[in-house]
Amino acid sequence: MNLRNTYNSGNSMPSDQLEAAIQPAAASEALGGAPVKIAARDVNVFYGEKQALFDVALDVGAQAVTALIGPSGCGKSTFLRCINRMNDTIPGCRVLGRIEIDGADVNDRGLDPVLLRARVGMVFQKPNPFPKSIFENVAYGLRIHGLANKSEVGDIVEASLKRAGLWAEVSDRLHASGSSLSGGQQQRLVIARAIAVNPEVILMDEPCSALDPIATARIEELIDELRTQYCIVIVTHSMAQAARVSQRTAFFHMGKLVEAGRTDEMFTNPRDSRTQDYITGRFG
Amino acid sequence: MSEHIVKSYEDELNTLMAECARMGGLAEAQVADALEAVVKRDATLAETVIGRDGRLDALEAEIERKAIKLIALRQPMANDLRRTVGAMKIAGNLERIGDLAKNIAKRTVVIIEAEPMTPLTRAIERLGRLVLTRLKDVLDSYTANEVERAVSVWSRDHEVDEHYNSLFRELLTYMMGDPRTITACAHLLFVAKNFERIGDHATNIAEIVHYEITGEEMIAERPKTDAFAASE
Repeated sequence: MNLRNTYNSGNSMPSDQLEAAIQPAAASEALGGAPVKIAARDVNVFYGEKQALFDVALDVGAQAVTALIGPSGCGKSTFLRCINRMNDTIPGCRVLGRIEIDGADVNDRGLDPVLLRARVGMVFQKPNPFPKSIFENVAYGLRIHGLANKSEVGDIVEASLKRAGLWAEVSDRLHASGSSLSGGQQQRLVIARAIAVNPEVILMDEPCSALDPIATARIEELIDELRTQYCIVIVTHSMAQAARVSQRTAFFHMGKLVEAGRTDEMFTNPRDSRTQDYITGRFG
Repeated sequence: MSEHIVKSYEDELNTLMAECARMGGLAEAQVADALEAVVKRDATLAETVIGRDGRLDALEAEIERKAIKLIALRQPMANDLRRTVGAMKIAGNLERIGDLAKNIAKRTVVIIEAEPMTPLTRAIERLGRLVLTRLKDVLDSYTANEVERAVSVWSRDHEVDEHYNSLFRELLTYMMGDPRTITACAHLLFVAKNFERIGDHATNIAEIVHYEITGEEMIAERPKTDAFAASE
């Protein structure tokens, strides 16, 4: 995987540009008055001739976990990738409509996608540690963004690993290779790497699908802790996981957002029969 | 509603609901027979009702066991979850109805020993028939998945209260008029109260059926007649 896809190149982050982008979150009616972090309106995405998303409108709450669910090919991952402009890297992909983070359009021509991806971290299905040491994996983002001086790097790496719940397991071998860790540990390492640069949003694309139940539980516990500080959007094929970790759930089907609402309501009393059929296992 | 992709899951859910409906039928028969026993002063029938109650207890345990297993192994969601929990709750209400019918039958055995009190028996019969109709309607609404029928049972709860209150006054009159009737009247009062409570369980089931079908709770206040006010 191209590192540019997942992370940033060598630009340092001009703090004034970052400050300008951060505005107080507006309250959303759809979120029951909770502050909205990401607002998507009329989002249409095409891969060449094929339309992958149709008129998607969704508010994503700040300091909350939003789960995107739906059958394969429904557009949930496409939507997730719109949020940090990962689709820019796919040839022939066109994204129309507005996606705002704190009121600022992520597709604004003046906005550097690399800068955007520092604010919007991403965790993938398969853990993708860099072929570097555990320490360097976490320190990497700090260095390329020039976010910390040499003395601070060590502290931030430690704090990030602690927040990711990995510190106790790796503190005595920080200079071992990141790929020497187990799958679950690697996934937490990747999360530590994402939170080291202090993002506002964390996108997760099936972060537990390659993990065993114990490692999955650790990640879910971590997600629950992180949500007090970050806006988290998670794509998952596990309905049970969506139910466990998220406060809001959005159901996609055939490129359309069918229904979004409070997770407990979505799983006990969905409004749309398509949602009902999908979450109860009736989809053909 | 389309079927589940996993057929055995579909079968398990259907079995659970079918057993709940079967238990409903048995509870209904228990109430009908208890009513007949008390009205016709039939000690043999009363004993039959008492003896059959164990079957309802066993069915409730079976439904609960199946529902818990379904939740553990299938993780039902949305309407499936509501159906599973609904079956468990309805079984609990039916089990209580069975206990109340059994209690009516036990009291019948004592009541028979006293002289018949025909006007009171007629009033008990009217109350019992009304409750039985409500129970039948709500169980039909469950098996037929008809929310309107459940709502109509729910909204007519006060009819039972009115019958019960008038019976209460009638019993007081009897007891004041002739203290020798007190034992039988006291038992009849409990019989009436038991029918009234069976009616309440029918109302509970109506609420469960409503939630199961619509996903919404019934929030409006039901029309209530106060038994204590009526006794003053």
